[in-house]
Amino acid sequence: MKATSFSRITGNPLIPYLFLIPACVVLATFVLYPALKAIYLSFTNFNMIREAEFVGFANYLNVWRDPFFWAALKNTLLYMVVVVPVLVIAPIFLAALVNKHIPGITFIRAAIYLPVITSLVISGLIWKWVYEEQGILNYVLLASGVTTDPVAFLTDPANALFSVMAVTIWSGMGYYMVIYLAGLQSIPRHLYEVAEVEGVSAWQQMIHITIPLLRPSIAVVTVMSSIAAMKVFEEVYVMTQGGPMDSTKTLVYYLYESAFSEFEMGYASAIGVVLFLLTLVFSLINLRFLREKT
Amino acid sequence: MKKPNLQAVLPLLLRYLAILIVLLFTVGPFLWLLSTSLKSTDENIFAYPPVLIPQSPTLDNFFRVIDSQPFFTYLKNSALVAVLSVALNLLLASLAAYPLARIPFKGRSVLFIVLLSSMMIPFQLLMIPVYELAISLGLQNTYLGLVLPHACTAFGIFFLRQAFLSVPVAIEEAAIMDGVSRLRIWWFVMLPLIKPSLATLAVFSFIAVWGDFLWPLIIIDQPSLFTLPLGVNRLASTFSLDWRLVAAGAVFSIVPILLFFTFTQRFFIEGAMKGAVKG
Repeated sequence: MKATSFSRITGNPLIPYLFLIPACVVLATFVLYPALKAIYLSFTNFNMIREAEFVGFANYLNVWRDPFFWAALKNTLLYMVVVVPVLVIAPIFLAALVNKHIPGITFIRAAIYLPVITSLVISGLIWKWVYEEQGILNYVLLASGVTTDPVAFLTDPANALFSVMAVTIWSGMGYYMVIYLAGLQSIPRHLYEVAEVEGVSAWQQMIHITIPLLRPSIAVVTVMSSIAAMKVFEEVYVMTQGGPMDSTKTLVYYLYESAFSEFEMGYASAIGVVLFLLTLVFSLINLRFLREKT
Repeated sequence: MKKPNLQAVLPLLLRYLAILIVLLFTVGPFLWLLSTSLKSTDENIFAYPPVLIPQSPTLDNFFRVIDSQPFFTYLKNSALVAVLSVALNLLLASLAAYPLARIPFKGRSVLFIVLLSSMMIPFQLLMIPVYELAISLGLQNTYLGLVLPHACTAFGIFFLRQAFLSVPVAIEEAAIMDGVSRLRIWWFVMLPLIKPSLATLAVFSFIAVWGDFLWPLIIIDQPSLFTLPLGVNRLASTFSLDWRLVAAGAVFSIVPILLFFTFTQRFFIEGAMKGAVKG
């Protein structure tokens, strides 16, 4: 009975579509159409100047044979292998550290969040300055005796990728910390109280209570930081331009270079499709998390 | 009452010590940047050991930056693009989210799945066709070109749909019984009820658009339309040898977003709790 009166009064069946039209037009124009177009372009030799000609799987074959692509893929995977575990684990401890109402805690949390709101271009430049050969970080390392010679953070191919990774970690930590903070709120306090009474150490509480109960948040952070690590671009662009000797060339940086320096749009689109397929696994898991909340 | 004994204070002290080390890592680089930007040309910025407090602090570097590049124009562009993008995103996403949450219609679940799936497509795959499209629409070097790709996000629709779903149906039904139109219900009844979610979406998309670099880098090459990240990048490539100037430009571009953050801070925590995504 309710349902019939509801739909009668709802009136014109076109109304929901009218609400949806503006958003759908924008998303169709700037997401769906370009997505299909990108897949199409990946099968052409489009370069902005000549008309796109269909070339079959030639771009994908070339990607397969391209040592630069494999180097970029290797760098990207290495990026994930290092950055993701750090971004999943370190912020748990950070969150535990600031999950207590001690004086100044609002300010402290904000200060840890600061790198998150800073645009990556600025973060990259800040760290480029910190990493200078005669810069402050080298001073600290030399003065504390960690190294005997200044470290060539960004100019030595052996170090550069790791130095850029540190910036990604620095920019992301606060964000994941806040996600864990939200997760910590949902852990019943009495568990810790019981543990306290039983004389369980803080470390053991962390291992046996906090981490297992944070599992949903940990899953979300793993997926989100993996997708983010796969798309690293700005840090590389401002700090190393992919160098030295291509040691920091990531997939997205290589894609950008192929498209907007070489103007090999068809080839770049093929790299884009590969990137999409690589992120797809993680995105699908992410989607499941989102839908579970629905 | 009870005097705090060492055993009670020690854990707290240790906690503050650990926090201090963390802050050194997160805030330290900002302080070093600020210090560099305030050092005069007479002061060696490579001094050994490094000096954190400038000997004679000066705003000279900021004036030199502003003289050499139109930083206030960059600031205006960044603000304009961010405000327009956020406003459009809130408007379009909340319009679309409302029927998805509340009005049954044919194809609703299919449309919702398509929307969700579109969130999985990385912008890096889209950027070449979007660039081509923007050029053919004459959007290169225009504000509209900077704004349109941010004008509606599938995530925004998803996020606001969740918010609408949490509004009790009874409130809306009363309005429907009174014969109020859907558009009026959306505007006068529903939107006021999801204000906190709108605010959260606004601050998150503001930060994302403000920090965006890849899209402006592709679509803008006229300095008069540069946003702050492009401007600072240009400054860094022009004056790569003078870190005082680069630092001043970077500080200039951090201050506005820092102010914004100071006033909207609480929404960031709320946003993360509801699963907002960065970028």
